[in-house]
Amino acid sequence: MASGTILKSKFFNIILICAFFLLAAPFSKAATAEDSTKDPKERAKEAILEHIGDSHSWPVIGKTTIGLPVILYTDKGIEVFSSKKIEEEGSVYAGANYSYKLDANKIKVVDASGKIDEVSSKKVWDFSITRNVISMFITISILLVVFLSISSTYKKRVGQAPKGLQSFLEPLIVFVRDDIAIPNVGYKYARFMPLLLTIFFFILINNLMGMIPFFPGGFNLTGNIAVTATLAVIILFVVNLNGNKHYWKHIFVPNPWWLFIIMIPVEIVSIFSKPIALMIRLFANITAGHIVILSLISLIFIFGTIWVSPVSVVFVVFMDAIELLVAFLQAYIFTLLSALFIGMAVMEHH
Amino acid sequence: MIGTLAAATTMYGNIAALGAGLAAIGAGIGIGQIGGKAVEAIARQPEAISKIQTNMIIAAALVEGVALFAVVVAMIG
Repeated sequence: MASGTILKSKFFNIILICAFFLLAAPFSKAATAEDSTKDPKERAKEAILEHIGDSHSWPVIGKTTIGLPVILYTDKGIEVFSSKKIEEEGSVYAGANYSYKLDANKIKVVDASGKIDEVSSKKVWDFSITRNVISMFITISILLVVFLSISSTYKKRVGQAPKGLQSFLEPLIVFVRDDIAIPNVGYKYARFMPLLLTIFFFILINNLMGMIPFFPGGFNLTGNIAVTATLAVIILFVVNLNGNKHYWKHIFVPNPWWLFIIMIPVEIVSIFSKPIALMIRLFANITAGHIVILSLISLIFIFGTIWVSPVSVVFVVFMDAIELLVAFLQAYIFTLLSALFIGMAVMEHH
Repeated sequence: MIGTLAAATTMYGNIAALGAGLAAIGAGIGIGQIGGKAVEAIARQPEAISKIQTNMIIAAALVEGVALFAVVVAMIG
């Protein structure tokens, strides 16, 4: 036999994987021994909701977290402190203006005895840098680094073949231009290309970063309805501020004029329902994907045996592949529908 | 009324899970129809495969969006 044939055979790979799982068996006890006062399903539900939601501290690994600045705008002034001070359950931070406590991930004002003061809590506006904000900064810095370097490379290599990072991203950019912008927006596409490209890559990179399970990744930014609502509001403004006469005529002057009683409300609702649909589609797809993957992993903890883990891991790998497809697809669909709406607004009468 | 019926027949979980399941049936029927017609169209004209595939993916994402509205309402309600 030639050397290396054993190491390269498929059978050896399978043996290696099975050995890994069997070696991991003694460690399975440690995972469930933590907080055994609660039912595993309750703990799983808490862990999943904690992963999907936002939080004021940034978990690095296990229980260690990075304290993020909590920035509060109260009616008496601005307060800034590290989230490590209110991180543990029930700890109260006595700030310059009020005392604060974390209650179900929201900052509430407490009075001297520790009771939550709802009236004052409404006067406190929370502008903190939470986990989602940090994740958005990470994505923005990735986008800036990648695209600024590509644009400077393009300027230096005018007329030459693309090289390196340029050649990796050029098919995607050309895809957004040729398959999304030009067919849907028409000949005025160049004005909207920056917006469409930004939306596409922002959503794509956020979705992909959410799939990474360890430190700088693993957040759920596009699954936060505030973020998708912001994107939808941007599309709402762009579409309606760029609408030409033909677009508004189509909304306010229905074709047989006597249908205007029904058609005008319907058309006005449809101005708003299209961005709302964009918002909910992106939010629900990404959040549902995260919930499914986390639930399949939690199955291991709920059942408590090692023999569930091959089944669970296979399912999770399958779901991860689907989630990769969904990440790209949702970015594509959001950009495509935005281009379609913009196209409908700037379309000439023919 | 449905709540007491559920409690009477010892149904575990809540009725929202039933709603989400019905939404999944709707999504399944819709996307199944889309996929079936797309595959038939590819069989009739194999050279148009990439256009058909693109349109199938777009239509599937739209149908899935509607099903996910229902899931979101089930989660929140």
